Amino acid sequence: MTDTLLAAFALVFDPYVLVVMVAAGAFGLFVGAMPGLTATLATALLVPITFFMEPIPALAAIVSTTAMAIFAGDLPGALLRIPGTPASAAYVDDTYKLTQAGKANLGLGTSLVCAVLGGLVGATILAFTAPLLAEVALSFSTFEYFWLATFGLTCAAFVSTGSPVKGLVSLLLGLFIATIGIDIMAGQPRFTFGSVELMGGVSFIPAMIGMFAVSEVLRWALGTTGGRDQMAKVSQASGSIIRPGLASLRRYKLGAARGSLTGTLIGILPGAGADIAAWVTYAISKKASKEPEKFGTGHVEGLVDAGTANNASLGGAWVPALVFGIPGDSITAIVIGILYMKGMNPGPMVMLNQPELLYAVFLAFFVANLLLLPLGWVAIKSYGQMLKVPREVLMPVILLLCMVGAFAINNTVFGVTVMLVLGVVAFIMEENGFPVAPAILGLVLGSMVERNFMQSMIKADGNLLAFFERPIAAGLGVITLVIWLVVVVSAVRGRRRVPPVLATTPNE
Amino acid sequence: MLRRTILLGCAAAAVLALGMQRAEAAYPDRPITLIVPWGAGGGTDATARILASLMEPALGQPVNVVNRTGGSGVVGHSAIATAEPDGYTLGIVTVEIGMMHWSGLTDLTYQDYTPLVLYNEDPSGVQVGIDAPWSTIDELLAYVKDNPAGTLKASGTGQGGIWHLALAGMLKTAGMEPDRVPWVPSEGAAPGLQDLVAGGVDVVTCSIPEAQSLIDAGRVKSLAIMASARADNFPDVPTLEEEGIDWRLGAWRGVAGPKGLPEEVVNTLVPLLEQIHASDDFRNFMTDRGYGMVFEGPEGFEAFMAESNESLGSVMKELGMAK
Repeated sequence: MTDTLLAAFALVFDPYVLVVMVAAGAFGLFVGAMPGLTATLATALLVPITFFMEPIPALAAIVSTTAMAIFAGDLPGALLRIPGTPASAAYVDDTYKLTQAGKANLGLGTSLVCAVLGGLVGATILAFTAPLLAEVALSFSTFEYFWLATFGLTCAAFVSTGSPVKGLVSLLLGLFIATIGIDIMAGQPRFTFGSVELMGGVSFIPAMIGMFAVSEVLRWALGTTGGRDQMAKVSQASGSIIRPGLASLRRYKLGAARGSLTGTLIGILPGAGADIAAWVTYAISKKASKEPEKFGTGHVEGLVDAGTANNASLGGAWVPALVFGIPGDSITAIVIGILYMKGMNPGPMVMLNQPELLYAVFLAFFVANLLLLPLGWVAIKSYGQMLKVPREVLMPVILLLCMVGAFAINNTVFGVTVMLVLGVVAFIMEENGFPVAPAILGLVLGSMVERNFMQSMIKADGNLLAFFERPIAAGLGVITLVIWLVVVVSAVRGRRRVPPVLATTPNE
Repeated sequence: MLRRTILLGCAAAAVLALGMQRAEAAYPDRPITLIVPWGAGGGTDATARILASLMEPALGQPVNVVNRTGGSGVVGHSAIATAEPDGYTLGIVTVEIGMMHWSGLTDLTYQDYTPLVLYNEDPSGVQVGIDAPWSTIDELLAYVKDNPAGTLKASGTGQGGIWHLALAGMLKTAGMEPDRVPWVPSEGAAPGLQDLVAGGVDVVTCSIPEAQSLIDAGRVKSLAIMASARADNFPDVPTLEEEGIDWRLGAWRGVAGPKGLPEEVVNTLVPLLEQIHASDDFRNFMTDRGYGMVFEGPEGFEAFMAESNESLGSVMKELGMAK
């Protein structure tokens, strides 16, 4: 173990590797900060460059790029309400409202410090338990995934602000959009109206950009935000970034600890990853909080939990990828491809023959997260300048960037159409007090819930009890059902005692 | 009259000049897009990326791999077919082109493409968990026969996908109902294999390279492959034919463009791709990952696709999977 670690240290602390990591980090920050451009895209763009590198610098470059890109996704989220990734969508309303209140530094500083902390904790846990965790990941069958995804959906009940009924309607809308396309169970096209583009389904990046950013541009253009006066308040907040971040961290230590642990655990499950981690921890945080009513209104507490969780989960996906060759997300899928091109077959042979490689990857995560602190600081400082740009100039540019992002995801104009249509839908929803976050959650998790439910039913010959036959599945199932029960009971009770709580819509 | 002739002559000259100008600017003079109908990280994607990286230096232009996923391959395949046939959009066409139109998902067939080269074919393997009680394909099939239908479940791709067809065809050839082992559709071989290891399903039919890392890990064993000869990487795995079951099925991949690619483009790309196919870089990559290497030029590829199309169609009809 010590020998391997030392070997890994030697591999990573090579001047060439470190220079590559800084350059890749800057690149990742840049791509991640562009609204709509994702960490996956950044990784894909790196592929041709990694051809010319040795395996370690190639992997370190990807690690560094993704760690930075996920954090950088918080920047347009906080300043323009365009979450860079579905993972930052969980708390975008909080960071954006902090910015509107002139507290951009508090929001982004918290986000940065939490990302660093989550990343460090995640990398440390993984370095010591990777083989063990890989076993856990491999024991997840469709039954367990079904409950996990359902548990994720349950979070909609907690993340939505305002009226529970409106939140439910929004969630159902997201679930409906998720059913569009060829259903993989029967191979039948659903709601495609003969369009080949719709057969591929509605991908959530354009949908997300549309629902958060385009609706915001519309609201500004139609002046319904209480509009320009409020915008004028958004001054480039000066002063420290790191200090308020550390202060929030100190204040919500428990949340940060919870976030890093939950994030790491959810991260190792192939196909779950940073998105679910962020939403679940945000919901847990709100549930555990003493002031849940402040969530979604510019409160840092949920941000601490979810911000640590999404960076902590990032390294997790590499565990099943390196140990068993099973990609946890699209980034690790690309990584596996690169490894093969380098003549290394991910899988247990890597663990046996080159264990230092695995440790080098986690060490690279560690270093990348340390680098994130100074690089992220620079990014926040320079990104803040954008707020000085007059809105009349900024808003059209944002719309343009959104279109570029929506186009880039599949290189089709169809993505732009999806973005614009859903932007209008989200605008109408928010004007009428329907929160959009549950819809995004439904869109992200809908197909996962459906697929795993159908697969499990086929396996169990339609026997519902099979969902409780496996120990982990039973545990997750019981927890989810108990939460549902609590939600329903408290909703009924609350309704009886006081008149229905008026929806506090994001715009009022 | 004279005026008209002059005009005509001018027009002809202009057209000629334009045509010549176009011919003079040697193909390719701008980046090429290579469309992959499947996701990043899969076998089609990996082979496309290595091809693109080897094409770039020879063509002197970037070759960008673009994943157009979704719709069980329909979206990407139709993106290739409907692109401008100017040689700047090419794509990887896979075995599914001979299946999707039979199941009624699309009207596209292999005839909507200009075939360039066929570079890979992988037979299906039959994989079970390492602790499974069957050590030969005979034992597995006997177990299926002796137990009620639906006792075992299988997975490996979506409903009606190539590996589903592989399983159904094997069962039918062995004298059983094709759906005696119900299919649990998955998003691909990797999630299917994950479920096999987690104990969710009992059998996964998919190509051996897809299962290789889990076979190496000692989690999964391969009982047979559906080819006419054993695989070089796995000489111990028998073919179905050896076990008396006359059934073969494999997935293939080739490079193609939209129908009507200019001759110049074809004449540039085919020799280049042939050269790449024979290069050590490509050969090493393919054999390291266990991908089967085959090669056919445009005519051979066209004939191959026609044959594949017919045989898949007749099997799908027989199995009740065609519309």
